[in-house]
Amino acid sequence: MNNAAASRMRLFGMIRKESLQILRDPSSIAIAFIMPVVLLLMFGYGVSLDARHIPLALVVEQPDSTSASLTGAFRESEYFEPRDFETIETAQQAFDLREVFAIVWLRNDFSRQLLSGNTAPVGVIVNGVDANQARIAEGYIQGVWQAWLEAYMQEQGLELHLPVQMEPRIWFNAAVRSRDFLVPGLIAVIMTLIGAMLTSMVVAREWERGTMEALMVTPIRINEMVIGKLVPYFVLGMGGMLLSVAMAIWLFGVPLRGSFWLLVVASALFMMVALGMGLLISVVARNQFVAGQISIVVTFLPAFILSGFIFEISSMPDAIQVITHLIPARFYVAILQTLFLAGDIWPIILANSAALLVMMVVFLGLARRKFTKRLDA
Amino acid sequence: MDSAAALVFAGVSKTFHAGARDVRALDNIDLRIQSGLVTGLIGPDAAGKTTLMRLAAGLLMPDSGTIQVLDIDVVQDPLKVQSSVGYMPQRFGLYEDLTVQENLDLYADLQGVDPAQRAGRYTELMHMTGLAPFTARLAGRLSGGMKQKLGLACTLIRPPRLLLLDEPTVGVDPVSRRELWSIVYRQVREQGMSVLLSTAYLDEAERCDEVVLMHEGRRLGQGTPQDFSAPMRGRTFHVTAASLGKRSLQARLGALPGIIDAIIEGEQVRVVTDTAGLPDLSRALPDIDDIQSGAADPAFEDAFIATLKGEADATPPALITPMTPRAMTRAEAGDVIEVRNLERRFGDFYAVRGVSFQVQRGEIFGLLGANGAGKSTTFRMLCGLLPVSGGEVQVAGLDLRYAAAQARARLGYMAQRFSLYVDLTVMQNLRFFASAYGLDRARARQRINWALQAFDLTAYADSDSGDLPLGFKQRLAMAAALMHEPEILFLDEPTSGVDPLARREFWQRINALAEAGVTILVTTHFMDEANYCDRLVIMAEGEVLAEGTPADMKARFRDDTHPDPTMEDAFIGLIMAHQQDRDAVA
Repeated sequence: MNNAAASRMRLFGMIRKESLQILRDPSSIAIAFIMPVVLLLMFGYGVSLDARHIPLALVVEQPDSTSASLTGAFRESEYFEPRDFETIETAQQAFDLREVFAIVWLRNDFSRQLLSGNTAPVGVIVNGVDANQARIAEGYIQGVWQAWLEAYMQEQGLELHLPVQMEPRIWFNAAVRSRDFLVPGLIAVIMTLIGAMLTSMVVAREWERGTMEALMVTPIRINEMVIGKLVPYFVLGMGGMLLSVAMAIWLFGVPLRGSFWLLVVASALFMMVALGMGLLISVVARNQFVAGQISIVVTFLPAFILSGFIFEISSMPDAIQVITHLIPARFYVAILQTLFLAGDIWPIILANSAALLVMMVVFLGLARRKFTKRLDA
Repeated sequence: MDSAAALVFAGVSKTFHAGARDVRALDNIDLRIQSGLVTGLIGPDAAGKTTLMRLAAGLLMPDSGTIQVLDIDVVQDPLKVQSSVGYMPQRFGLYEDLTVQENLDLYADLQGVDPAQRAGRYTELMHMTGLAPFTARLAGRLSGGMKQKLGLACTLIRPPRLLLLDEPTVGVDPVSRRELWSIVYRQVREQGMSVLLSTAYLDEAERCDEVVLMHEGRRLGQGTPQDFSAPMRGRTFHVTAASLGKRSLQARLGALPGIIDAIIEGEQVRVVTDTAGLPDLSRALPDIDDIQSGAADPAFEDAFIATLKGEADATPPALITPMTPRAMTRAEAGDVIEVRNLERRFGDFYAVRGVSFQVQRGEIFGLLGANGAGKSTTFRMLCGLLPVSGGEVQVAGLDLRYAAAQARARLGYMAQRFSLYVDLTVMQNLRFFASAYGLDRARARQRINWALQAFDLTAYADSDSGDLPLGFKQRLAMAAALMHEPEILFLDEPTSGVDPLARREFWQRINALAEAGVTILVTTHFMDEANYCDRLVIMAEGEVLAEGTPADMKARFRDDTHPDPTMEDAFIGLIMAHQQDRDAVA
């Protein structure tokens, strides 16, 4: 048998063995297919960064037709779920108990002041504990109030004198659904999970169980071992990716505006980076528990927090923004969000893909160098 | 280069760095392994056997020296060596989630076996190992002996020129051990293979063509087993005294000057002297009037002990202080442990089934069996660590199902693996266990002092217990289990991996405890240790095959071919009978 044939036989032997192990191990299947589904359902349905159905207290000290028309505007808004209170004291109690998130307070002279043409103050109290939510609520209250005022003035035959009129248009995610940008970003987290965490633990398991030692004392070459390990997990990771994309498009109705094949190519690139990290961790750790811990801390958590998947990178402190450039998921999340929501914006996709390519070379190169057929290396 | 050598080590040293400590695993080793022979690498734990094997397989780099394997320099060309040797690491290197056939396929692919030749080779190997009916079974579902044979089959899939086996027989039942040896010898005879095999079982030395004796990273000797035992001729004897129990006799003999080793062998005490001839026993032990002695054939173990004792300092072991008299006064007759129809299921798998026995106060009671026979599971149930699935267990008169905690306060348990805190010192460990057992301050101080003295640990009081030699770790674990002066002591594989000298000392302590009235239950897979027990059960596949005294058990298998059967003969006979019964049912 010539060398090439022997090498091919060893490589296919490794791939077959690795694939059989994946199929027999319920935890691999769980991480590759069940975890993505759970995460997608959780983020798709459960987590929402939009402010909708904000519990709002309406305090009207002297109800009349004017105040009724204003409170009616709040009631019609999908952003609020108003409750009526007679006095500001009872509303404050509900506020303290966190039963309502904000209070809109119309004093007893509200209608009179408005009709007499004076300034009619509306008291607004917003719970500022969650600063983000507070700003959104405040904005929405103002929006409702302004829209109502405009309509009111028109009704009265009066013109509202505003020198500048804002006409906002929201691009890419016109409905401002947070799901549409969370779900694509989640794919990066899922692939990190499969590529880095699962792979690092599986290779570490070979060290732990002593099978690596037996494997090493065979004619197998390091390259064959590395490729034999990577191929099945690459396929598994891409499978997880396709499942996530399918769920994103058909279950959550996230649009895919860019090219599907571009998405596949970029994902393959990121998968190789994740596998490189996983392999590197397993070579350094050689113990399932340690490998699991390291991969959570250095791959999974950063992919979650520092990738721009949930938290906007440009609003992070400068120092953290610099650090995010070390997180491969950051570049992939940028590609994902662009491809899904904006389309094939080549400058963004090429720049981020180039970064991923560099990281792939670095991680796979390091892993290959550290991976020797020696126990004391 | 000499073509008759399969393996040559020249001035090889290897040091490992463990934190701040340097461990010298191999110290300037020179070695030549003849080709076409079975060479045994024999030595206690931490002798450097595994390191030597790994160096030969190219898995480690030597710090200094050269290693030639089949005339190839391993450091220069490890891949070429790995293409011509077969290596089975300690845990057989099997994928437990693959079937027998899939494991074979993998290794055939890796070793480049021509697909056209595979079918024939598989049939041959499966026939040889008796695994043919199990090719579709997951390797993880095989018994220890079957795993060992599959591991061997995988390394033999393309017959290597040199076969390296690292402790292939540890914890495997004697029947499988015998089969492994016959497979190995067949390879040597038929294929002209060279074999290097490491073992901690001294009785296996005699099956080797040549033996390399190792201790603490150095080579103490090399030669045929006869080369080792021949100089011992005239220094080995059997001694009996009907009026005295074998354990008491052993203790008395062991304390005599001029006697370097006294162990129980069958129903007699085997004695090794430092010079030819036995001291005059009637003068040395005048109170034993029926003492009888005769010459015994020297064995490899005698030479091993004599060599190692020569290495160690000559001070005799410390006098063993037994338990404080409080424990001794508790001598009431009767059964302290009663087990009826004990059963433990894990899913549909019976780890223990239909186990019944009684243990009397002050007895040393043994559970003998291979790994996976259900010994440790039985033990854990007796200690109240694992709930029983069925049957009754009474320990110290308490039903474990209802009063596990109360029963536990009256028993001591030493787990299979060193279960103390490795980053605490000896003293801190003892203090912790004293407080865990709720001893008051004065008692605790008294017991800790007792432990340090009785177990010779005073010099190590402030050392981290993780840094202790294995034998001392074992002592510390036993001391911790005895802090609260339990009535019953459970020892789970206490001597596994401990060198023969430490094993002897350990049994002396156990004997002393039994003399002081402590009931002792011990599990072991060393057949010869069964002779130390008053009574024992032999277990296999979760069931008790036989119960009785060691003498009874052996007597059942006395026949023309085995006029003086050993425990191993008895064990093999029982296993064979058990398998025949099962096959008859099936």
